[in-house]
Amino acid sequence: MIEQNNKKAWLYLLPAIIFLGIFMIYPLFDVFIYSLEEEYNFASQSSTGTGLFNFSYVLHDPYFIQALKNTFILVIITVPLSTGLALLISVGLNSITKLRDFLQTVFFLPYVTNTLAVGLVFMILFKKTAYSDGLINLLINAFGGSSIDFIDGPYWAKMMVLCIYTVWIVMPFKILILTSALASVNQDYYKAAKIDGTSKLRIFTKITLPMISPMIFYLIITGFIGAFKAYSDAVALFGTDLNAAGMNTIVGYIYDMLYGNSGGYPSYASAAALILFAIVLTITCINLLISGKNNAARG
Amino acid sequence: MKVVLQNLTKKFASLDGAGEVIAVNDFNFEIPDGKLIGLLGPSGCGKSTTLNLISGLETATSGKIFFGEDDVTDLPPENRGVGLVFQSYALYPHMTVLQNIMFPLQNFKGKDRLSKEEMVARATEAAKLVQIEKLLNRKPAEMSGGQQQRVAIARALVKMPRVLLLDEPLSNLDARLRLQTREEIRRIQRETGITTVFVTHDQEEAMSISDMIVVMSAGVIQQIGRPQDVYDNPANLFVAKFLGTPAINVLEARVENGRLKIGEEDVMAVTGIADQEVYCGIRPEGFVLDENGPFSVKLRNVEVMGRDTSVVSTHPCSLSGDLRSIIPSESRGEAIDDDTVRFSLKPFKVRLFSKTTEEALPFEEGRL
Repeated sequence: MIEQNNKKAWLYLLPAIIFLGIFMIYPLFDVFIYSLEEEYNFASQSSTGTGLFNFSYVLHDPYFIQALKNTFILVIITVPLSTGLALLISVGLNSITKLRDFLQTVFFLPYVTNTLAVGLVFMILFKKTAYSDGLINLLINAFGGSSIDFIDGPYWAKMMVLCIYTVWIVMPFKILILTSALASVNQDYYKAAKIDGTSKLRIFTKITLPMISPMIFYLIITGFIGAFKAYSDAVALFGTDLNAAGMNTIVGYIYDMLYGNSGGYPSYASAAALILFAIVLTITCINLLISGKNNAARG
Repeated sequence: MKVVLQNLTKKFASLDGAGEVIAVNDFNFEIPDGKLIGLLGPSGCGKSTTLNLISGLETATSGKIFFGEDDVTDLPPENRGVGLVFQSYALYPHMTVLQNIMFPLQNFKGKDRLSKEEMVARATEAAKLVQIEKLLNRKPAEMSGGQQQRVAIARALVKMPRVLLLDEPLSNLDARLRLQTREEIRRIQRETGITTVFVTHDQEEAMSISDMIVVMSAGVIQQIGRPQDVYDNPANLFVAKFLGTPAINVLEARVENGRLKIGEEDVMAVTGIADQEVYCGIRPEGFVLDENGPFSVKLRNVEVMGRDTSVVSTHPCSLSGDLRSIIPSESRGEAIDDDTVRFSLKPFKVRLFSKTTEEALPFEEGRL
């Protein structure tokens, strides 16, 4: 009986396995092989040699170094910022009753909005055109400052816009997760704490935070992974020639190596992809280690 | 510390927003110092709301609450000095037993502030009182329900509250543990002498450990008194039905010239009561097997329970389904092999209630 069920189970799983095998697992091996083949050419299916040359090339490519730097800045700024803000907003939402549903919907809107449409909104806010300096610059002017070119100007201005954009895009999901995590905390804990005269701050740090910490760790881990994979946000803001704008990301670099103006280099793209994979794997392992320790301490 | 509730009323907006629900309706009673009081009633009768009003988690719509001579009606919960044990225990899962018990002490500010050593000492003392001093380093998840319950009580007691409140303290425990824990609660209450109020829907639980029970229904106090008094002399039909397992048998009956008649049968003498139609409540233990007894029933079946025998029978005048009577097993004899069984009734186990108000009708008991 169990034997039979086993066969049936495998049969049900088969379509998914075949699909994943062709489109996920086989390409993974391919990427690995490409990354070790020097100057692999799609058309002739030939390479000039085998070795670690591709990795060396990528790691010495100034465009890759720039992309790496951009990605790290993006990760380090947006993950803590978006998680922290989402936590604040969720706690706020959780402690009001009036307008709560309405505000929850408002905060969730960016999640269902198309990336490029949001990019357009940011253009209106930040881009200098022949007719206008953009809404933000108008505000800066109103307070007596001089206009800054956020889209084609200094690096810090561009990075700031990208960070704001990213935080804005990723926050709704975090708010959604955190509000439901907060709502699922048994109210009796708060009542018990209240009867014992616990201060609001102590309730938050000693009860609320530990209770929702698994969700916060989940958001941090997925946040890191998501930020390392950033690409479309930069395109939405700065166009497809990200190298020229100095705003490329690692995924953008990989894409450019395959299809961009400098495209046609699958070996370099594969090497860069594996480097990204190694970075994400390391960060995730560190995260899991920390959260594992934390959970062990919680028992 | 005695607790006095004066015209205490709590209204909530009803869920549909159309009107309001009176959860607690004009309560007046006094809990004497150092006693254990059971608030008893079916779910939704307002007993938990009453507890929350005493604790301060809910504020009264009108009326007053006094602890001793202090009016605490408008005090927030933290300033009332109450300890509350939740039905769910509400132990913080990420803290050890010791940390849980110490939690209330760490909130003390100003001159009440305790040193770490004092806190540990007091927490250990509280743990000893509930006999969990060996488990101080465990997490709640590593303990049984009964042990968690004790930790919750220790946490409520550690700050030496003026009043201890327990919300359905036994409902999450299995039957055996429930028996043991309720004795434990009684012992702890006696040892500490803290005025204690506990809420339950289980009448047996309330009767077994309370000094006094308050029976509630639909936000209104039905009766207050010592458990045995309330059981023996219920103020109305609701209280009579709510207390006792198996439940009291209720029959249509009438009083005629000082005699109680059920159907065509003249079952006993009742004096001091005017002729009228009544509800007649007979406790299951109020039946005595008697071949010549005045009250006859149709036998349905006999349930042997060891010490006692439960006789299930039918009677056309019964309003509570099958009649259930409990008789000592040794008195069974031949008498109940027949289709019809005859009983005589113990007068003090028979109560009469008005057909219009359902209030108890006092009468003088007489034998036959």
